[in-house]
Amino acid sequence: MNNKCLIVFVLIVSIFTFASCAPSNKQVLATSESQVKLRSIQTRAFDTNDKNKMLRTVIATLQDLGFIIDKADLNLGTVSATKLDRYNLRVTVTVKERSESQLLVRANAQYNIKPVEDPEPYQQFFNSLSKAIFLTAQQVD
Amino acid sequence: MFVKKTPILSPWLLFLLLFSGCATTIPKEALQLSPESLKLRQLQTRSFDTNEKTLLSSSASLLQDLGFNIEETSSELGVITCSKRRDATSTSQIVGAIFVALFTGAATPVDKEQLIRASVVTHPMNIDEKDKSKDKTAVRVTFQRIVTNTQGQVSRRECIIEEPIYKEFFDKLSQSLFLEAHDI
Repeated sequence: MNNKCLIVFVLIVSIFTFASCAPSNKQVLATSESQVKLRSIQTRAFDTNDKNKMLRTVIATLQDLGFIIDKADLNLGTVSATKLDRYNLRVTVTVKERSESQLLVRANAQYNIKPVEDPEPYQQFFNSLSKAIFLTAQQVD
Repeated sequence: MFVKKTPILSPWLLFLLLFSGCATTIPKEALQLSPESLKLRQLQTRSFDTNEKTLLSSSASLLQDLGFNIEETSSELGVITCSKRRDATSTSQIVGAIFVALFTGAATPVDKEQLIRASVVTHPMNIDEKDKSKDKTAVRVTFQRIVTNTQGQVSRRECIIEEPIYKEFFDKLSQSLFLEAHDI
């Protein structure tokens, strides 16, 4: 009786622990949020068409936040950066034209080995960015 | 006794096991400007009376002087990223580990090597088309390191914020600018 109970218990526990990390190659295309929702969390529009200045401000803001710049490319409009503070936080920011007078800025982050999908950290990042560029970050639908 | 207790215990255990996996989330202050941000910026930034291109190439030469390998550059945005892998053993740690081993017989891992990363970002402050000598450019450098121990685990990942390191870097940078100006 005692043994049976223990075996069942171990089985149940192992099912639960292994269920969450099933085939690990699923991770390649995995997201927990819908694409539309993720984009709205990660994207803001700014009233400027100066891509160079926007990218430079993004770089400066990331440096203020304690990041090291890993890569930057003006043509593609991408900046990648890493912050190490006992944790490993990696961010990629892209800047692209939305219209004649607006730029879209999108950030995505991973915290250690997890994607950041909460709206709050992105909100904080865009707050810091808009302070640096003296423009308001506008929510995009 | 044990059999009696398991039905009460197991839901709790399951609950703990299920939620222990998602305990690590991003800290609230990770993407927020702190009061120290400004101080850090001042520590990591200097301005030089030169144009961006010269400052960027002098920085690249200095980084090579310091043994860094350049990983990525973007001259349009004024960014250089570089890294080097170096020894990270410290005598005090080894002495400590030996004492622990003497008394307990257990081997404690000690720091073995480190990956030092640096990024240099330049930012033009004043561009004068007519008089090049009035050009002014700011440069900000940031250092990080990842230390791994003898068991191959990451024992430390951190930003380097020691003031003397930055001071020395900028002293050397002004030397590098001087050397570059005189083609040495």
